[in-house]
Amino acid sequence: MTINGKSYIVGVYEHPTRKADDKSLPQIHAEVAKGALADAGLGKDDVDGYFCAGDAPGLGGLSMIDYMGLRVRHVDTTETGGSSYVIHVAHAALAIAAGKCNVALITLAGRPRAEGMATGTAPRTPASSTPDAPFEFPFGPTVVNQYAMCAMRHMHEFGTTSAQLAWIKVAASQHAQHNPHAMLRDVVTVEDVVNSPMISDPLRRLDCCVISDGGGAIIVARPEVARSLQRPRVVVRGAGEAVKHQMGGKIDLTYSGAVWSGPAAFAEAGVTPADIKYASIYDSFTITVLITLEDLGFCKKGRGGAFVSDGNLIAGVGKLPFNTDGGGLCNNHPANRGGLTKVVEAVRQLRGEAHPKVQVKNCDVALAHGTGGSLGTRHGSATLIMERE
Amino acid sequence: MSAQERKIPAPPVSPETQPFWDATADGRLMIKKCAGCGQAHYYPRALCPFCGSDRTEWLRASGRGTIYSYSVMRRVPVPYALAYVTLEEGVTMMTNIVDGDLDRIRIGQAVKVVFRPTEGGPPVPMFAPA
Repeated sequence: MTINGKSYIVGVYEHPTRKADDKSLPQIHAEVAKGALADAGLGKDDVDGYFCAGDAPGLGGLSMIDYMGLRVRHVDTTETGGSSYVIHVAHAALAIAAGKCNVALITLAGRPRAEGMATGTAPRTPASSTPDAPFEFPFGPTVVNQYAMCAMRHMHEFGTTSAQLAWIKVAASQHAQHNPHAMLRDVVTVEDVVNSPMISDPLRRLDCCVISDGGGAIIVARPEVARSLQRPRVVVRGAGEAVKHQMGGKIDLTYSGAVWSGPAAFAEAGVTPADIKYASIYDSFTITVLITLEDLGFCKKGRGGAFVSDGNLIAGVGKLPFNTDGGGLCNNHPANRGGLTKVVEAVRQLRGEAHPKVQVKNCDVALAHGTGGSLGTRHGSATLIMERE
Repeated sequence: MSAQERKIPAPPVSPETQPFWDATADGRLMIKKCAGCGQAHYYPRALCPFCGSDRTEWLRASGRGTIYSYSVMRRVPVPYALAYVTLEEGVTMMTNIVDGDLDRIRIGQAVKVVFRPTEGGPPVPMFAPA
């Protein structure tokens, strides 16, 4: 069975808040659900499938279905970190194709800023039963130094430079200046990035994504529902998911699970990287984007530095416009999980509803890619390909 | 400043990994090798991650290796070097690089194991310039 053509993304919503001192976590989940349903032109009672991940409070799906007063016949709480929501779209498409639900709701919410969470530079204490915990936690692995080891190795093997990585942030900032909700709207230069404070060698402050509160939601529906609505139709064409890890100690930090999720998604969609007019690429750090672009086949392994340079990711300038909302690097990284907003901006592009300054002309096929967990240890990779109908 | 000044949290010890920590307390670094497929793996598991066999055996590593990658965390009170070190036996493990100038660490550098105390737990294997 294929999911190609079996379902549509009919509603998306990104919460405008970036610091939610005055809201509870379940409240943000419910607000984004309401926003996406309104965007689709559907009501709460149309939802018969619910998808959420580890950011949902309490017992996850159970707690949120209760809070929102939903009545569903399909629930999926697949947890692969920040890539979860890209996988949720694929799983919703599968469930719809199998007749398990008609209208799937996916929500994400978080308030790490309001809670004062030391997100990037402090080790997060794992549960003692976590199998890797004894062999990693004592050494102080954080989000940033794990990704930094990937960057260090990539530089060593392929000659990638900090200035090349900086171009990724430059492109994101060029886009974020047009997004009134973006946390960081100032345009930056390569010099700004490479002169920003070192966080963990070789990643500097401007190589790192923002920490923000907020969330988002996506509605996936079967074709009959999509055709009854008054919105531009975005069809799900293909998806791939993968988990890459330490391979029992045969560690190679130069590639990601996108080497598996990407080809699976392209094959199911029947397209190639050359067909992609716009790409949302998970950007926890600049290195995440560079490695992912190589692994998805937009350029050869090791050539990512050259590929992202000279504005090649900037809308209206380069060959592959990416993250035109400013991405996690400038706009929003709600709950430290950026996968959902990646899909949202891709849908905006396909509908022609991106900001006019960054809207890609004739944007008919788009890709969204999520990376969850850590490139430096174990992570989920999820690739989704969508087409404007 | 060296990583010795950073407080090292104790590793949570389980029945599965107790022999590893008994060995570190005795100044030995152990890995696991599978009697079924012959491959060494890390971190150590009861069941081989390559072939699934439960015939995994503890093997003392030489303690010599080279740095596969590293990163010096700067935005903390005591900077420290997180690293992956590839052992002579072929497996790559997460660790810290200690006892040297953090600014002189290089990929490919030869290192040897040293053991550092933790807060209330067994010592953990770190690596110093060889």
